Amino acid sequence: MTDQQPEPIQKVSIVVSHGSLEGVYPGLIMANGARMEGIEATLFFTFFGMYGILDKYMDSLRVATVGNPAMRVPDAKGFPMPTLLGAIPGMSAFATSMMKREMEKLDIPPVREFIEMISDAGCEIFACKASVDMFHLTKKDFCPQVNDIISVGQFYEKSAGAQIIFT
Amino acid sequence: MATKEIAGKSLEFDADGHLANHRDWNETIALELSKEEEIDILTDRHWAVINYIRSQFDALGEAPSIRKLTKESGVDTKELYALFPKGPAKKAARIAGLPKPKGCI
Repeated sequence: MTDQQPEPIQKVSIVVSHGSLEGVYPGLIMANGARMEGIEATLFFTFFGMYGILDKYMDSLRVATVGNPAMRVPDAKGFPMPTLLGAIPGMSAFATSMMKREMEKLDIPPVREFIEMISDAGCEIFACKASVDMFHLTKKDFCPQVNDIISVGQFYEKSAGAQIIFT
Repeated sequence: MATKEIAGKSLEFDADGHLANHRDWNETIALELSKEEEIDILTDRHWAVINYIRSQFDALGEAPSIRKLTKESGVDTKELYALFPKGPAKKAARIAGLPKPKGCI
């Protein structure tokens, strides 16, 4: 037993693997929060998480209203939402607009602005090569803040000394 | 709570190392605190940030988020991180004599 304080976190490497609004935001908030604390941060987008940095689609991410047993209506303390109700056209758009409104109140920026902010804060942003190939994408499909498309091996190299966080 | 003498004044600091009472603050204290944060000189741009967050704190009772700060102070995100390296929100607040910001953004 020693009295030594645990080492503060110096560097994080955050993987975003889901493309719903609630799938992308936690990674962005953690990356931005790391930079705010002076912690080095890297963001790596894989599979559907890439929709968070795809120029054409990043402004229209939506909340998943199907397959989410925690979702309640009309608010977070309401009744559990039946899965079939979540499948009604417009439900996802409605839940999305509600969530966006709440986020704006908390000064959480829209995805594109958040990505710009995080990039300006010195966080490098990468897309996963395997996913890019699988989805038939190129660097041009991504927003300008994306530094590169890298393999999983390169991701581990860049994560040297970092805590890896998978979201 | 710790007491430290800065610029001939005995000052109370909270557990985060921020000034316990923001009314104790003055520009000389800011200069001393900035040295502790390894910022040797406070330029006009540093002061633009410090004065902005102090005015926001006076008006709203809390330091602004980085997003609000960069939109309203005229100092953008890149410059903010260059002015206050390694934790701009916390550092700027500390130098400005304000408590550690509570927000996540």
